[in-house]
Amino acid sequence: MTTATLPHPVHPVLDLRAIEQVYGEGDTAVHALRGVSLTVERGDYVAVMGPSGSGKSTLMNLLGCLDVPTGGHHLLDGVDVAGLRESQLSLVRNRKIGFVFQSFNLIPRMTAAANVELPMLYAGVARAARRERVAAALEMVGLADRADHRPNELSGGQQQRVAVARALVTSPSLVLADEPTGNLDSVSTDDVLTVFDQLSAAGRTIVVITHEDEVAARAKRVVRMRDGVVASDVRTVRVGDLPPALLRQGALR
Amino acid sequence: MSVFEVLRSSVRGITANWLRSVLTLLGVLIGVAAVITLTAVGQGSANTITESISSLGANTLTVTSSAANRGSSTTSAALTMDVVDALADPEASSDIAAVVPEVSSSQTVTAGDASSTSTVLGTTVEYFEVTGSDVAQGTAFSQSDHDASRRVAVIGADLAETLFSGEDAVGQTITVGTTPFTVIGVLQAQDTVGGSSTNSAVIAPLTRVQDSFTGYGSLSTVVLQATSADTVDGAQADATLVLDSLLGTDTSGNAAYTISDQAELLETQAETADTFTTLLAAVAGISLLVGGIGVTNIMLVTVTERTREIGIRKALGATRWAVLGQFLAEATALSLLGGLLGVGVALIACSFDISGVDPVIDPATVVLALAVSVAIGVFFGGFPAHRAAGLRPVLALRHE
Repeated sequence: MTTATLPHPVHPVLDLRAIEQVYGEGDTAVHALRGVSLTVERGDYVAVMGPSGSGKSTLMNLLGCLDVPTGGHHLLDGVDVAGLRESQLSLVRNRKIGFVFQSFNLIPRMTAAANVELPMLYAGVARAARRERVAAALEMVGLADRADHRPNELSGGQQQRVAVARALVTSPSLVLADEPTGNLDSVSTDDVLTVFDQLSAAGRTIVVITHEDEVAARAKRVVRMRDGVVASDVRTVRVGDLPPALLRQGALR
Repeated sequence: MSVFEVLRSSVRGITANWLRSVLTLLGVLIGVAAVITLTAVGQGSANTITESISSLGANTLTVTSSAANRGSSTTSAALTMDVVDALADPEASSDIAAVVPEVSSSQTVTAGDASSTSTVLGTTVEYFEVTGSDVAQGTAFSQSDHDASRRVAVIGADLAETLFSGEDAVGQTITVGTTPFTVIGVLQAQDTVGGSSTNSAVIAPLTRVQDSFTGYGSLSTVVLQATSADTVDGAQADATLVLDSLLGTDTSGNAAYTISDQAELLETQAETADTFTTLLAAVAGISLLVGGIGVTNIMLVTVTERTREIGIRKALGATRWAVLGQFLAEATALSLLGGLLGVGVALIACSFDISGVDPVIDPATVVLALAVSVAIGVFFGGFPAHRAAGLRPVLALRHE
């Protein structure tokens, strides 16, 4: 596991250079992104905010390599993913990115453990190693005792924590969360955000897309978008420090 | 993603909606079972014909009068006992071993309350040996019965069943037309597939039948037996010479008689049976094809239904091949399972007699039907699987 205290790699995790995304052509063309440039260092915890239509969902799909930008450069760990073929993109999604979706997106017919195991199946991890890492990931999100439950037997918060376990089980360079608390009540929201705080404290790089101030307040840095461009970029805590919530707890002790 | 994992996920896919899977499977099952069973029935009936060819012996010829066929039996060009005597003359041919005259008439046969319309066949003692008709109960009539025109009859197995419903027919009296006959024997039941059957016939001495029913005019047919299978052609040539000199040709120049080779007739029937088998196999093949289209249909529905799942899998790093493999494995497993069950059903079905035919399973059709069912899975499952694999993750995820 990479931590911020280790010698810094040459490349930032994420380096967006003048990213443009246009849907449609001619008069009906919609400019979803109009030149977004953003750099995310290893270990950072970034919240991306903005009203609907500001382009944050489009940005999320690009960051996750689920879509390809129409202009600009998208460097992930120093590799420009804009020029990759589909099979290579599958590999990048598998090895470098962990997704957390607003609607959880667990596969309904499979148990929590099987869902967490899935990305490792595609990565070709051996069976014994998979077992071990599934157990560790579920332990990390506090659901070790729910491993054999199917998604419909779990609460929304528990489902989202399973999704978080699935996102981090491959030790990705970037954990990408799209409105992870959008469908959750306040207690579950706090559970999930606590898991994010712990991940950040452990040195993971996290990008959360949200419209909730409560979620943004837990991040080290808040990027606000408007009309397809970055409107503001405010850092509250240094990259190497603990996330704000844990920092406050530490200060109180 | 290992092969085992692909199989595990495909089994999960199949069991997720088992009712639908079973219905899909049924299409392939019925197709495969139909192919194997129908081909086996065709093969079985072809075998029966081959057997009756060998039981008949390949060395008999049948002479029929062309004039008799036209219903003008009183013309000079009729088969008479004179013709029979001429053919039987050892001087005429050394290849002809026996000559059996036959006359026939359709009569109502009654015994007590039971009655039936049957062919009454008048013939000589040699008939039973030459045509390979075995007497199962009682005896055949003797030369003295024939010479004395006794009212004795050997009846077919079906007729015995109809008239006496299981009771011993030998020694009973039957009324043929208005003439009483004593049953002295019952024939062995014959396979109906090969040529005309005597299962519901009454066989009586020639003289008796001529006396009571047909009169002493022309004969219906004359059966010739060659000395061996190799001399059939010689016998036919000799018979032609005798018949030409006695009967000549009719006014329009056609031969007044026809000689047909019984074995040849049966071989033609065997060919017909082969055509029949091919036709059955084609019909069964169509049902297998329909089963395959069922697999495609269900896989398309499955892919549409699971678009979101495909999106999730792709977001987690599933490659095109992993998705393709999963759906292909699902379709193949489904059709292979259907194929195996189809073979099982066919094996059970073929252990029974199907419309009087004992089906004979050709191992090649089992292998072929199974191979085709797997090919159906790959081929018909391939299109939906390809569509699933080609979905863009961002669109697939948005799918509800």
